[in-house]
Amino acid sequence: MSSHILRRLAESLVVVAAMSFVIYALIGLMPGDPIDLMLSADPHLTSADVARLKALMGIDQPLLRRYGAWAAAALSGDFGYSRLYVEPAVAALLDPLGRSALLMGVSFVTTLALALPLGILAARQPRSLADHAINLASFASISLPSFWIGLMLILVFAAGLGWLPAGGIADVGGGGFIDRLRHLILPVTTLTIVSFGAFARYMRSGLLEVMGQDFIRTARAKGASERRILLGHALRNAMGTVVTIVALSFGGLFSGALVTETLFAYPGMGKLIYDAILGNDFNLALAALLIATVMTLVSNLAADIAYAAIDPRIVYR
Amino acid sequence: MMPRQSRAALYTRRFAQNRPAVLSALLLLALAYASLASPLIAALMAQDPSVVDLYHRIAGPSLAHPLGTDELGRDLLLRLLAGGRISLAVGIMGALAAAVVGTAIGLIAGYRGGLVDAVLMRATDAVISLPLLPLLIVLAAVDLRKLGLPPELARSEMASLYRIVVLVALVGWTTVARIVRGATLSLETRDFVRAAVGLGATPVRVMLVHILPNLAAPIIVATALSVGNVILLESVLSFLGLGIAPPLASWGAMLSGAQETITIAPALAIYPGALIFLVVVACNLLGDGLQDALDPRTLTARKRA
Repeated sequence: MSSHILRRLAESLVVVAAMSFVIYALIGLMPGDPIDLMLSADPHLTSADVARLKALMGIDQPLLRRYGAWAAAALSGDFGYSRLYVEPAVAALLDPLGRSALLMGVSFVTTLALALPLGILAARQPRSLADHAINLASFASISLPSFWIGLMLILVFAAGLGWLPAGGIADVGGGGFIDRLRHLILPVTTLTIVSFGAFARYMRSGLLEVMGQDFIRTARAKGASERRILLGHALRNAMGTVVTIVALSFGGLFSGALVTETLFAYPGMGKLIYDAILGNDFNLALAALLIATVMTLVSNLAADIAYAAIDPRIVYR
Repeated sequence: MMPRQSRAALYTRRFAQNRPAVLSALLLLALAYASLASPLIAALMAQDPSVVDLYHRIAGPSLAHPLGTDELGRDLLLRLLAGGRISLAVGIMGALAAAVVGTAIGLIAGYRGGLVDAVLMRATDAVISLPLLPLLIVLAAVDLRKLGLPPELARSEMASLYRIVVLVALVGWTTVARIVRGATLSLETRDFVRAAVGLGATPVRVMLVHILPNLAAPIIVATALSVGNVILLESVLSFLGLGIAPPLASWGAMLSGAQETITIAPALAIYPGALIFLVVVACNLLGDGLQDALDPRTLTARKRA
């Protein structure tokens, strides 16, 4: 088991290294470059200045050498300066990272709190009215564009009823707990609506698969109540797949958070990445994308470990 | 083996029993037809959806404009139909492109085996596990001229459409690749494939003539199921301003503009999103129906469950 995890860890490191190169190369392909930006800010620059600046910043070097220099600096914790925030890229990342963690964490809890009971309810009585209704709702959840459901929530609760703020994290001059909570409600609701469907479906199918197995029949034959069979026998065995899928969905949750944050002007990682890319803040975009990739891979690794921990029958070679 | 005619009839009969799937197919056909015929409808309504009429901005429904007008006074119904053209085209083209890439990778990985297989499948795992949207935003922001594309092409009206299709193909191939690889692994041990190899058929011929036709059903199902996702992806990117660019307009791109006028013109935000939702639901239901019709093994698995 530990050798399996070591191998997965090594694979993840390779993926991080490859991704950092791909992202680095892609960022170089975006419109505009740092020298152009300086040129537009200072018309007195001569072409000799431009050449000197390019040499100074190493932009005249070949891609691989530039990447090597960047990677060496990054490994020692230096991701360069952010152009938009005028501070080191890592420092500019910290606050948004915390805010995203809050948004995603709360959404994650509400999603599971909605999806798992629904999935269990549907699996208890397959093909019942409740099952069909839950299936329909899950289907709608999967098919909804997240930004549109967010827009509709803004339309009804912010623009129409005026109950909740349409965006941001706190009112000007506000910032108390209640104020921040009010700003979280619509983004969290949006994320919950678009992600509960997939989880409910996984929960249902995972549970149904277990319910068809022999040890459930044995438990029934021994006269265990349906409640005990469900909670004591089936659920634990079904959780393995569900936990794995939940952990594997981190990348999807992050993508959803990016859209939600941008829509609600919520200054988290997703909005930061979006702003950094559109604002030609290459250092910040690189650091943020890399962190998003690393977090996704870590959660995938955690899924692997959790799977084995929950289901002792899993033996990794 | 059954004669071809009866197999097709069997598929059709199984599909026809799935009422949601049939309804979805009809809805999609109707929408596609209306979208394609939008110039004709525009002519019948004596409207030009590209003409700006600032005196009649954000008008409510009327006889001349059944759904009202948008923020530039263009007829909303016709704009929706024109947007549907792009959204549906991107959905179908993107799903097909991803299927072609996935099929090629899956065939090669499965048939070659060994190191090639290991590398390709690790790459597939890696792509599946990445946070896709941030990466797609980077890819969508790439300056095509820096890639060495001729400026005429990079600036052409259709560039944003082709770009999305390429992006979808770059990230969407993984599902098909996995399915095709798995099926190839089991097919290559079958006698008819061994016979072909023994008769001296080249690997390419074996893959394309002997293996690929037997993979048609799972590939069709996976492709159909991905159309809805592609449309969602396109709408998100366009909404963020990185997808379909003017003069083209998709439903996602229309929503991007509607965000600013949402308080005075909610209809502009409601209709395009509702259409995306409807189409994606229909695509998913249709894909489910195709799966049940073409791939009965999954059906029995689900019925048993």
